[in-house]
Amino acid sequence: AVGTLVPTTVRYCTSASLVYRTCFRSVSFDELYYGQFVSLYVKRLFFIDDSGPPLGHMVLALGAYLGGFDGNFVWNRIGAEYSSNVPVFSLRAIPALAGAFCVPLGYQVMVELGCSHLTALGAALLLLLENALITQSRFMLLESSLIFFLLLAVVSYLRFRNNSGVSCWGWLVLSGVSCACAVGVKYMGLFTHLLLLSLAAVHTWRLIGDRTLGNMTVAVQVFARCLALVVLPVLLYLAFFFIHLNLLYRSGPHDQMMSSAFQASLEGGLSRITQGQPLEVAYGSQVTLRSVSSQPVPCWLHSHKANYPIRYENGRGSSHQQQVTCYPFKDVNNWWIVKDPGRQDLAVSSPPRTVKHGDIVQLLHGMTSRFLNTHDVAAPMSPHSQEVSGYIDFNVSMPAQNLWKVDIVNRESDRAVWKTIVSEVRLVHVNTSAVLKLSGQSLPEWGFRQLEVVGDKLSKGYQPSGLWNVEEHRYGRSQEQKERELELHSPTHIDVSHNLTFMAKFLELQLKMLTMRNEETEHKYSSSPLEWVTMDTNIVYWIHPSSNAQIHLIGNAVTWTLSNLGLVLFAVLFVWHLLRHQRRSLDVSKDAWRQFAEAGAVCGGGWLVNYLPFFMMEKTLFLYHYLPALTFKILLLPVVLEHLHTHILRSPSQRRVLEGTVLAALAAVYLCYRALSPVTYGQPELNSTQLASLRWRESWDILLRRH
Amino acid sequence: MESLYCTRHRAHREIPPARRRRGGCRGADHHGEERHAATGRESTAEPSSSIASRGGRCRSRLVLLVSVLSLCTRFYRILEPAHICWDETHFGKMGSYYINRTFFFDVHPPLGKMLVGLAGHLSGYDGTFPFVKPGDGYEHHKYWGMRGFCALLGSCLPPLAYLTVLELSQSTPAALVAAAALVFDTGCITISQYILLDPILMFFIMASVLSMVKFNLQANRPFGAPWWLWLVLTGANLAGALGVKFVGLFVILLVGLNTAGDLWRLLGNVDVPLVEFGKHLLARVLGLILLPLSLYIVIFAVHFAVLNKSGPGDGFFSSAFQSRLVGNNLHNASMPEYLAYGSTITLKNVRIAGGYLHSHWHLYPEGVGARQQQVTAYLHKDYNNLWLVRRQRGEDGERSGSPDLVRHGDVVRLKHKETTRNLHSHLQEAPLTKKHLQVTGYGFNGTGDLNDLWQVEVCGGRPGDLVKVLRSKVRLVHRSTGCVLYSSGKTLPKWGWEQVEVTCSPYLKETPSSQWNIEDHINPRLPNISLAVLKPSFLEILLESHIVMIRGNSGLKPKDHEAVSRPWHWPINYQGLRFSGVNETEYRVYLLGNPVIWWFNLLCICLYVVMATAVAVALQRGVALSRQGQERCRVLLDGGGLLLLGWVLHYLPFYTMGRILYYHHYFPAMLFNSMLTGPGCWGQSWLTRLCNVAWTLGTVPLDCFSRCCDSLFTLSSFYLFHPLSYGMRGPLAHDPTSPMAGLKWMDSWEF
Repeated sequence: AVGTLVPTTVRYCTSASLVYRTCFRSVSFDELYYGQFVSLYVKRLFFIDDSGPPLGHMVLALGAYLGGFDGNFVWNRIGAEYSSNVPVFSLRAIPALAGAFCVPLGYQVMVELGCSHLTALGAALLLLLENALITQSRFMLLESSLIFFLLLAVVSYLRFRNNSGVSCWGWLVLSGVSCACAVGVKYMGLFTHLLLLSLAAVHTWRLIGDRTLGNMTVAVQVFARCLALVVLPVLLYLAFFFIHLNLLYRSGPHDQMMSSAFQASLEGGLSRITQGQPLEVAYGSQVTLRSVSSQPVPCWLHSHKANYPIRYENGRGSSHQQQVTCYPFKDVNNWWIVKDPGRQDLAVSSPPRTVKHGDIVQLLHGMTSRFLNTHDVAAPMSPHSQEVSGYIDFNVSMPAQNLWKVDIVNRESDRAVWKTIVSEVRLVHVNTSAVLKLSGQSLPEWGFRQLEVVGDKLSKGYQPSGLWNVEEHRYGRSQEQKERELELHSPTHIDVSHNLTFMAKFLELQLKMLTMRNEETEHKYSSSPLEWVTMDTNIVYWIHPSSNAQIHLIGNAVTWTLSNLGLVLFAVLFVWHLLRHQRRSLDVSKDAWRQFAEAGAVCGGGWLVNYLPFFMMEKTLFLYHYLPALTFKILLLPVVLEHLHTHILRSPSQRRVLEGTVLAALAAVYLCYRALSPVTYGQPELNSTQLASLRWRESWDILLRRH
Repeated sequence: MESLYCTRHRAHREIPPARRRRGGCRGADHHGEERHAATGRESTAEPSSSIASRGGRCRSRLVLLVSVLSLCTRFYRILEPAHICWDETHFGKMGSYYINRTFFFDVHPPLGKMLVGLAGHLSGYDGTFPFVKPGDGYEHHKYWGMRGFCALLGSCLPPLAYLTVLELSQSTPAALVAAAALVFDTGCITISQYILLDPILMFFIMASVLSMVKFNLQANRPFGAPWWLWLVLTGANLAGALGVKFVGLFVILLVGLNTAGDLWRLLGNVDVPLVEFGKHLLARVLGLILLPLSLYIVIFAVHFAVLNKSGPGDGFFSSAFQSRLVGNNLHNASMPEYLAYGSTITLKNVRIAGGYLHSHWHLYPEGVGARQQQVTAYLHKDYNNLWLVRRQRGEDGERSGSPDLVRHGDVVRLKHKETTRNLHSHLQEAPLTKKHLQVTGYGFNGTGDLNDLWQVEVCGGRPGDLVKVLRSKVRLVHRSTGCVLYSSGKTLPKWGWEQVEVTCSPYLKETPSSQWNIEDHINPRLPNISLAVLKPSFLEILLESHIVMIRGNSGLKPKDHEAVSRPWHWPINYQGLRFSGVNETEYRVYLLGNPVIWWFNLLCICLYVVMATAVAVALQRGVALSRQGQERCRVLLDGGGLLLLGWVLHYLPFYTMGRILYYHHYFPAMLFNSMLTGPGCWGQSWLTRLCNVAWTLGTVPLDCFSRCCDSLFTLSSFYLFHPLSYGMRGPLAHDPTSPMAGLKWMDSWEF
């Protein structure tokens, strides 16, 4: 009875404490960041966010959907007032609920680890009175959902292990599902998933060693665990992306980062242009050529009425022919005409003669009528490669070298036809066997800071920077230059089937998210992992535009200190027990040791795997990244205390001292919670002296408004 | 059994000469057979002692054979090309620095370069060749000694691998396979033939692994002479490995894990009293921690003792450090003792490798604070590091007589000598450290505003104290905002010429980053006094040089748009490195592993993991095994596991490294991979033998067949790919007339 009553009570308490004044209506801190994605979800516009997989954003968007948000809000300034169409409460309710459920889950973890209900209650209290967790849960942020799923995964796995019978398999599946959800919210969840997997591996290894079981039983057990903890999460992870891609079917702000084929699959945007354009490139086709690599930015092969300077700054000479560059914007100068070297006409014959793999073509620049050309002149920025220029025969000494072989890299057969969007083409220069390539360098002022295109003679294997695909395409009709420039009619040939498979889209998006590199910038409130353990840093989430009322991410200092102590105590006890165990002279019973070790593996291990990886990361880090680790660290403290109480302390008087200390500590935790609650909830407003007295550490940044 | 033996023997006649010599060596073959045979014959039935002695003789002959082959392959055409190849330009140059005793800075510890220098010195090289850039001809300079030394150490790798695998698996064929994989690998040959650190590093790694394995074998005779010998050798080789490159840390980790496991088992053995255990622990601490550490320190002591002349590396180090170097302007320095108004000074950050306060004719770019002149910290000595100390009120008092001295608490302006801008700060975010304020150069010809005023504070001083050149640590507090001049140690992007960021920190905690000392001090109107600068102690120098090295290492970031090598490229031999030559006309050497061997290695590692898992599960399920079977499983799990761990430790950490990576970083891991191929093959033969038994194909022994295939493949692939190491001329491989035509199996290979 206690087991159900207590968590329920606790749950109501937390919910109350979190929902309490969720409703002040200003944008705070990272809500700015997640809010824009919520708006995009509501409007179904495609975006890429490299900070994490889509489930976290989708959970937030669910709140927006339930609250009937129309997505019309400009997320541009922290502290801005929400307009009346933003359902603030429902946006913040889901994270708050997740945060509220963390407390009973913490309770349940303790119980499943074999602690008494009293200990579990203590753990729940510590989580309940943790200011940082409260602050983080009360806004539209991801951490509380992450912690919720992590704890749920741990609880359900431990339930699975502690129970037997059919229902326990349900717990195993739940564990797999919540692992997937945790990874789906943030990549960080992966480390806890791995921890659970290794725990499961140890348990399974013992199972394999159990010789009373038949081989078949063991095989089935192992198989079931693999299925539930590995295969199921992977499938679910894919499912998140499936939902994500299905929700976001319209073209949005980050279209250009994706390949043409991907863009064409989105409604609006490129697909509006490419709809109904001919599939097969023919002689006389007018095309724009997009670089496949998109590094550093997506761009199209371009030329314009400006020549390479006769001499560069460093004294090297150029051909002084027309510049050919790669231009990151749509432009009429991006159009090229595919010409048959043997014929003069520039219009598509009827029926169209298609260009196939291995064919030799000339590329004529639509607006200036120069041929794409490369020759043995050093390129402006990459002197090891050849210069690419626009060439026209003025009977000067330079011969034309404007023949290009079409090499379709992703062809299916050797006579494959060059297809719009789908084909990735390498243009190999016939005279020098150089490959048309985006060098990645920007040209200086004379090249209008556009990107350099070179002929690379030392081509090595599959290099996306040497590949191009046709993006926009129409069949040319007119022979006259003037008419051609005006040629705007829409083509009427076969449609391109743009339907990328889900797996292709998933792989492209996932790869893009993992390899996208944001400019490394330090934020005012960013911190290093070393500062987190002692809470040397804080984050200002919100400050009232006129008064001193403000909200900070500051943890309960007493809890942080105590949990650090718990960690040290645990480490000492663990090493001592381990050494004694190896010498076959354990001071505590075997069961107590096993329980202690397992609790340590879950809580201490949870802290480690959620903390250490940050030392390897190069991205900007904030104090809130520490919260999952902190949750596990807090849970470790009651475990250690109970172990001390029941197994180490022998005499009743010692135990009484410990009980007294624990009570005093809890009182201190409560007092600290009370003291910090004005900056946790943003009210009541404090005056300057009160605020100054809250600055317990010199490194804390507490804002004082000068009147 | 007998028939199998005969067929094996017959099969050996058909294999190429390198392996055929073994045909006559019946003892060894028999001995290997003994351990191998699936038919569980008791070993007591054999006259074991004579077999053992014959086996021993035969084994030493095999070691000799491996060594000779390895020497031949490494020394063949070692003097070609007679120009600088790839990183020889660095390591050869550093070898010359040792010969000339000039101080330099490098990100690697000194042992490798010292040995190169020593080899050069002993072979008569005088250190005069400048090693400017790859491709420069050596002309009359004697470079054979340095290359020969590296090749010699490189040739030791196959015999060491042979011995290690032999000890781990007790199987001659497995050991031979491992040795062959190294002898005939073009990558190992190429990397051993030039003046590089890698052969030296790999030698120490392999030597420490071998000593560790030998030491493990002495476990049942603790504290005997051989036990101590191998312990000390392990420690010494570890020091060597770490002394060449920091990659040596991985092999230290391997040995450490092995030792920890060893001790843990010993602790679990209740028959061993705790005192005995304590002795074991102490011996390991002595041999594997204290000994390597002291050797490592000795290496540095020699390094500092040898390099006593000023050279290109001075600016990376603190003023105190520089005063040790003959020829440096701080060596027996003589300058005005106290800072005065009107002096020209350089300010050096006290933080190790903090750099000089620097400014130049370039503005902060748009969007980075105010568009004023950049102020940075710069590690090299440069005339742009010079600043003029001026009074608050501007006029410098061109009075005659001795100028006024600056005191603690004085407010000054600092004018950049070259650009005449004042050191300035204001309420704008610093470019990288957003919590700090931006520092700029402002004003013209020394006229600026109130934001140019800085208060001089001597650390630990009282108002009125004079500022001592070199010895005082000075803080510059910005007058109007109260922040303090600070060097964050972060490298600015391209617009800042990759120099170090300088900010004004609002946090007034005293850290070395906010303290500066005055290094150069020029004031013609003050008498120069010879300064006996506080000489730093050896430990201070050691610490300082390590911090500088680590900073340098993590500063090696890939440049924009530079083709980078990724760790996953390496095991599949995706792309090699050009050692020499690009064009058709040049003499080309291309560092690339023998693809057949590398891919086979990769296959074996997968095979090994599968087998080891199967065996472990079988053992855990309690499958009954004969004594021989158990022995075999133990070899497979323990010996193979050690090698797999070595591979993992030398490979996986590269995935987490932020610094720029190159293909040759994989070679230490490749050694472990090749050694694992031996037992992997051995397991393979086990599998094929199982097939043999299953199909009772007595007349077609798959085992011998597969082994012959292996050796044939190895040799033929070596024959095919040997031009990669020994030099190619003529057209590139895509040309059908090229000698390498048809061998460009992957598009990413560049030969």
